[in-house]
Amino acid sequence: MIAPRKLTVSVLAYSGALLFFVVPFLFIGLTAVKSRQQASLLDLSWPTQWQLWENLTAVIEARDYMMIQAFINSAIITVASVTLIVVFSAMVGFVLNRRKTSWNKMIGFLVLSGLMIPPAIVPTIWMLQQLGIFRTLHSMVLIEVAYNISFGIILYRAFFSTIPRDLDEAAIMDGAGPLTLFFKVMMPLLKPVTVTCIVVQSVVIFNDFVHPLYYLPGDDNVTIQLTLYNFQSMFNTAYNLLFMNILVITVPMLIVFLIFNRQIVSGMTSGAIKG
Amino acid sequence: MKTTRTFRSLSLALPAFIGATAIASSHDPVELSLLSDNSPNSVAVANALVAAYQERNPNVEISVEIRPGGSEGDNIVRTRLATGSMTDLFIYNSGSLMQALNPSRTLVDLSDEDFMERISPSYQSVVAQGEGVYGVPFEAGMGGGIFYNRGLYEELDLEVPTTWDAFMENNAIIDAQTDVAPVIGTFGETWTAQLFFLADFYNVQQQDPDFAEEFTAGNRQFANSEAALNSFRRIQEVHEAGYFNSDYESAGYEDGLRMLVEGEGAHYPMLTFAVSAMLDNFGEESVENIGFFAQPGDDGNGLTVWMPGSMYIANTSDHTDEAKDFLAFVASTEGCEAIVETIGAAGPFLIETCGLPDTVPQPVADMLVYFQDSDRNAPALEFLSPVKGPSLEQIMVEIGSGFRDAQSGAELYDRDVSRQARQLGLSGW
Amino acid sequence: MNRHKPDVRIRKTKSVSIQSYYPMWFFLPAGMIYGLMFLVPTVASFYFSMTHWTLFDQRFIGLDNYREFFNEPFLLKGLINTFLFGFTTSAGKVVLGMALAVLLTSNIYFRGLLRSMVFFPVLVSTIGIGITFTMLMDPNSGLINQALAAIGVDGPRWLIDPDLAIFSVALVEIWRGVGLATLIMIAGLAAIPTDFYEAARLDGATAWQQFWRITLPLSRPAIATVTTLSLIDGLRTFDLVWAMTRGGPGFASDVLASVIYKQYQAGFYGLSTAGNVILFVVIAVVALPIVAYLNREER
Repeated sequence: MIAPRKLTVSVLAYSGALLFFVVPFLFIGLTAVKSRQQASLLDLSWPTQWQLWENLTAVIEARDYMMIQAFINSAIITVASVTLIVVFSAMVGFVLNRRKTSWNKMIGFLVLSGLMIPPAIVPTIWMLQQLGIFRTLHSMVLIEVAYNISFGIILYRAFFSTIPRDLDEAAIMDGAGPLTLFFKVMMPLLKPVTVTCIVVQSVVIFNDFVHPLYYLPGDDNVTIQLTLYNFQSMFNTAYNLLFMNILVITVPMLIVFLIFNRQIVSGMTSGAIKG
Repeated sequence: MKTTRTFRSLSLALPAFIGATAIASSHDPVELSLLSDNSPNSVAVANALVAAYQERNPNVEISVEIRPGGSEGDNIVRTRLATGSMTDLFIYNSGSLMQALNPSRTLVDLSDEDFMERISPSYQSVVAQGEGVYGVPFEAGMGGGIFYNRGLYEELDLEVPTTWDAFMENNAIIDAQTDVAPVIGTFGETWTAQLFFLADFYNVQQQDPDFAEEFTAGNRQFANSEAALNSFRRIQEVHEAGYFNSDYESAGYEDGLRMLVEGEGAHYPMLTFAVSAMLDNFGEESVENIGFFAQPGDDGNGLTVWMPGSMYIANTSDHTDEAKDFLAFVASTEGCEAIVETIGAAGPFLIETCGLPDTVPQPVADMLVYFQDSDRNAPALEFLSPVKGPSLEQIMVEIGSGFRDAQSGAELYDRDVSRQARQLGLSGW
Repeated sequence: MNRHKPDVRIRKTKSVSIQSYYPMWFFLPAGMIYGLMFLVPTVASFYFSMTHWTLFDQRFIGLDNYREFFNEPFLLKGLINTFLFGFTTSAGKVVLGMALAVLLTSNIYFRGLLRSMVFFPVLVSTIGIGITFTMLMDPNSGLINQALAAIGVDGPRWLIDPDLAIFSVALVEIWRGVGLATLIMIAGLAAIPTDFYEAARLDGATAWQQFWRITLPLSRPAIATVTTLSLIDGLRTFDLVWAMTRGGPGFASDVLASVIYKQYQAGFYGLSTAGNVILFVVIAVVALPIVAYLNREER
């Protein structure tokens, strides 16, 4: 039997979602496969000729296969920095939650500062130069870690407060040292919040465009967001290619999302809010 | 080539804290890098010059990198020079923007090179600082002024105006008798809003010959110089008369060119480099119907001239000699030929051995007339003074959209300019 | 947040020995990266903000840059816009996020699919969204106004209208970020024990009353989180404004971050760094009291 109220609410909800959340992506998707002339109309019409493959290869081949290089660079930056963020911020969150030290207030303040303070770009370039690592992918990794670790720490600190201390006690009784306690006992329990952390941070870092623009000048170091920026003027009469570019750089995040969809909500539930 | 690049990036990603190292053994061909802005013209010319050069010098490989244009790009160029991470060669503006690069400390001085003898002294003065001369022109000289629809002028029996009043009368006739927008505005790309102002400088200089000098010294301001204030009034008058196309606030440069070529707009204030873009986007016939005149002044007019953009060598380059050899090629007849083949003849070359083909596109022919008489052309302000406020384009959009009037726009720009001069550390501000 | 009662017994008897299982050096890797890449440049920015700095040279000039920055004609406009943007986007995300969370935890078909739809914009590159919506919002050829025209409404001039531009960008920011807000809100709702609702239903409370008396007060931690995150994000905002309007038309949609950025582009590095310090102070002054107020029951 169909509940009329449930049906009405569902139909209304889906119509709204269709209008506000599907149409913009439909627009991107349709424009991306159109011919140049049809794309220039910027409407929602059905493609008269499907140029999915042509447009895709045009975007990938543009500027000497810059897209491929960009994908590799972005993947390296994202994977490396997210890994470091997960491990390092879990370590901080762990000790911060478990141990009352005179540093806690100070660290709490620094964490909040990290969320709030806009990074000082030019002094950072100066700093990177002093260290001799300006324009390198690993400096970019370190910067992404520094800019995003605060969020990770907050997430993990809150999550650790949901793990009973009895567990630590038991492990210690069994003879675990600090490293075993953290990596063998705690880490496996962190899966839900870690998934949240990975998804959120990957999105932020993969989609970051301002920082690579300044800390990674040069075509060898181009990242995926910069391709869009670089191609914007090149494609400004070829909207089909512009939107194909948007589509292409959206797909990796879509895949991440499809894989982790279920865990995101559960991670949020157990980590960020309940405490 | 592609694999080595990928490989280098991968190896950089290893979490070892070593800086990037350029590896070059003596057996490999010499690799040079060239940074170009992302405008289609620059990219096409850069690629064409590189291809032509490599054909003659197979042992040299030049890779072209691309950066954003506008102030975004200015910043990238400055940052890369200051941090020693510039490519061997790069394309950049001449004049005031080049002065801000601190050339004596960042660029290779070319004044003693043989090929500089072929380059016109008027050009050399805009890429010089102190004793040094730092650039080579990589395109032709251009003019700033107004493109117009010749067919429409014929149809309505209009004459090419030389005074502002005559120009506005033409607009009134076009507005009254046709559906065509008298003036094309494309504020969606804000830089295009500056043209009525920038291209007016010949007229300013006619009335106030010392303006550039006094302005640089901080003694003359736009808001209280009658001649210079006029440059701000032009766009206000066009806006108040309602002569812009209906979507002038959101349309972009490419839209503007299309409207001009397709006859939707009668006038488009622009630099003559637009000719190449029109040829490229709309084909050879597209510009036959298009003419060009210098911006009309209070009484009579002349052409405000833009010096070509330049190629420079960063002094951090490991291959200065090879880079110089490439510049020698750029500044040669063969270089000019490569340019003309790629983007057509857009204006007079500043390399003395280079001539123009017998037939040039109509707007270019119209522009060349002003070059025949040295009294009818003068350089734009940015080639006479290092002072240029960064907010000019936004201010022009405001005046052209009716948010503020010319007087207050000029006052605002004066403040913008004085801040820039103070930040540059010029004396007298 | 921390409703878990600390185990007093363990603390008292074993605190000394147990402390060593939580070694301080766990702070070290994070601390070093954070310190080197973020803290040192931030502290250095106080010095650099008092210089004329061209990257080639620097000259100490005291507080001149701050004076210059406060004379910036559009500082006031930029400040107002920053607040407008920060407050409208966080208000929008809280209200819409809550509404969507209630909808998405209620009894409808295929909830999971709907949740995914709402969350998806969070994942898309900001600059991609900016480009897309700039085209959708074009007053003449844009899809939004064409759709409005089809139902007889004369659409506004979105990004072109100087009074509307900043709100148009804020609207897109809400669209982009509401998925994350909804997710946090859903998590908050899920944490409310269901027996509260059952007791309320027995007392004959309407759905509306249940929302006001139970849902809203008990999702306070979630609301605090959403407000804090979106307010700080909103005050710092740059990407979307830059991708959509570059602060225009004219200076109409400039925010503090875009003013700073433009000075940076112009090569006024000292001046722009001074702006950075000011933005930092503004965020601290506005956000800290609100954050403190919202989280006051936490510890």
